[in-house]
Amino acid sequence: MTAPPPIAMLAELTHRCPLSCPYCSNPVEMVGRQSELATDVWADAFRQAAELGVLQLHLSGGEPASRPDLPELTRAAHEAGLYTNLITSGIGLTPNRLDALEAAGLDHIQLSLQGTRADLADRIGGYKGGFARKMAVAQEIKARGIPLTLNAVMHRHNLDDLDRTIEMAVELGARRLEVACVQFHGWATRNRAALLPTREQTEATKRKVAEAEARLRGTLAFDFVPPDYYSDFPKSCMGGWGSAGLNIAPDGKVLPCHAAETIPHLRFDRITERSLRDIWYDSDAFNAYRGTDFLPETCRSCERVSVDFGGCRCQALAIAGDAAATDPVCRKSPDHHRVTALLEDAMRAAEGAEFTYRVAPR
Amino acid sequence: MTLTLAPGDRPYLPRGVRMRADHLRGDQVLLAPEKAVALDPIGAAILSRVNGQASFAEIVDDLAATYSAPRAQIEGDVQTFLQGLRARVFLMVRP
Ligand code: SF4
Ligand code: SF4
Repeated sequence: MTAPPPIAMLAELTHRCPLSCPYCSNPVEMVGRQSELATDVWADAFRQAAELGVLQLHLSGGEPASRPDLPELTRAAHEAGLYTNLITSGIGLTPNRLDALEAAGLDHIQLSLQGTRADLADRIGGYKGGFARKMAVAQEIKARGIPLTLNAVMHRHNLDDLDRTIEMAVELGARRLEVACVQFHGWATRNRAALLPTREQTEATKRKVAEAEARLRGTLAFDFVPPDYYSDFPKSCMGGWGSAGLNIAPDGKVLPCHAAETIPHLRFDRITERSLRDIWYDSDAFNAYRGTDFLPETCRSCERVSVDFGGCRCQALAIAGDAAATDPVCRKSPDHHRVTALLEDAMRAAEGAEFTYRVAPR
Repeated sequence: MTLTLAPGDRPYLPRGVRMRADHLRGDQVLLAPEKAVALDPIGAAILSRVNGQASFAEIVDDLAATYSAPRAQIEGDVQTFLQGLRARVFLMVRP
C-alpha cells in the first residue's frame, strides 16, 4: 500500500530531565547524553521532514531545554518551514532563553502541569521547588504572549483538583487545556496501582470537562483524553501506524510511535544511516502495521476499523502478547479480561501504593 | 461567551496561527498550535480576507461581490466557518 506523507514529527531531543514523573512516556531504557544526536544532524532531519510533508514539529524530550542548542534547533526547524511547538516542564526556560527562542521563531509552548499545588506537584515530579519555578516561567510566557497550551496529566492523585486546574489555565492565559489521563506506557506501567484513577473519578472528570467547555467556549479550548482502560473501544493510536506521524529518539532511531521500541522483533533505522523518506516509505518497521490487513478478523469485520485501526500495537503486545492483535482495551478483544484483571489488581493495591520514579539517564 | 460574529466584529488570526501553502498536498493549510487544518478553496478565500481590519460584514460583502453569490448564503457559510475556528481559539475578534 502507498502511505500518505506524514503531518507531524516528534523530536525527542534528549531523555535528560530534571523531573522524574512516575508516568513519564520515555522508555524504561533511556539514551544517555553521549549518544544524543548533534545539532547539525537534527537540523538536517528537520529539513528532510519538511520536504517529506511534515507541517508540525514537536520539540520534546525528556526536557528539551536540557539541550543548550535548543534555540539553534528551533531556528533550523523554523527555517525549514515547520510549525514549532516546544513540549516542556518549563524548568530551564530562563527569560534569556525565552528571548532566544522567540527570536528563533518558536510558535507555541505546551507546558506540563504536575499538580495545582507545590506539595503535590513537587512530589509527583520528584523535584523540590519545581512548581514555583514552573509558575514563574508560566507568568513569563504569559507576559510575552507566546501561545500556550497547558498539559495536565491527570491520575488518581490530582483528578479531584480539576476545577483548580481549569482556573489556572484561564489565569495563565492558556488557549487550550489538555486534560490527559495517564496512559499506561513507559514508566507508567510500573505505577498502575499508584496512578490509575477510579471509575467514579473518570466519570466526574468527563462531566466537569463538558461543563467547563461550554462555559469557557471561545476562551479556552479543551482536549480530553480519558484513561483507555475504562473505555469500550481503544484510541486510534497515532492516527494509524505509519500514517500521520513519526518520532525520532535522542539517538536518532526513527520510530512510528514513542513506545514502538517495546516491540522487540522490530528493527528501527537511524536518521544517520538512511534518509527519512526511505525510512517512512520503505522500512520494515514502518510497513509492519500499516493499514488494517494485518489485523485479526474481529477488527477487519468491524465498522470501527477505519476509526481506530484496531488500537495501539504496543498495548496489544504488552497485554495480549501479540503486537498484531486487537488492542485488548476493546470490549470485543478475546484478551479483554486481561485489562479487567489489571484494573482489579491496580485497585486492590492502590491504597498506600508508592511511586516508582523514572530514573534519569546520564 | 457567544461565538457568533457581529457585523462590526473584526476577526484576526492570533499569534501562533497562520495560513500557508502546502505544496506537497496542494491547497492551503491553517497551522495552529498542535494542529494543521487543510483548507478548501472557500476556507482559504475567507481567511485571506481576515486581517484584523476588515469587519465581518465587509468580508461577507467582498466575498459576495467576488463570487457573485447571494449575500445571505455567503454570510451563513462564513459565520459557520469562523465560529468553528473561534471555538478552538484559532480565531479572535476585535470589536
Ligand atoms: S514526563 Fe516528567 S520526567 Fe518525563 S520528560 Fe516530562 S517532565 Fe520529565
Ligand atoms: S474490534 Fe478492532 S476495529 Fe473494532 S472497535 Fe475493537 S479494536 Fe477497534
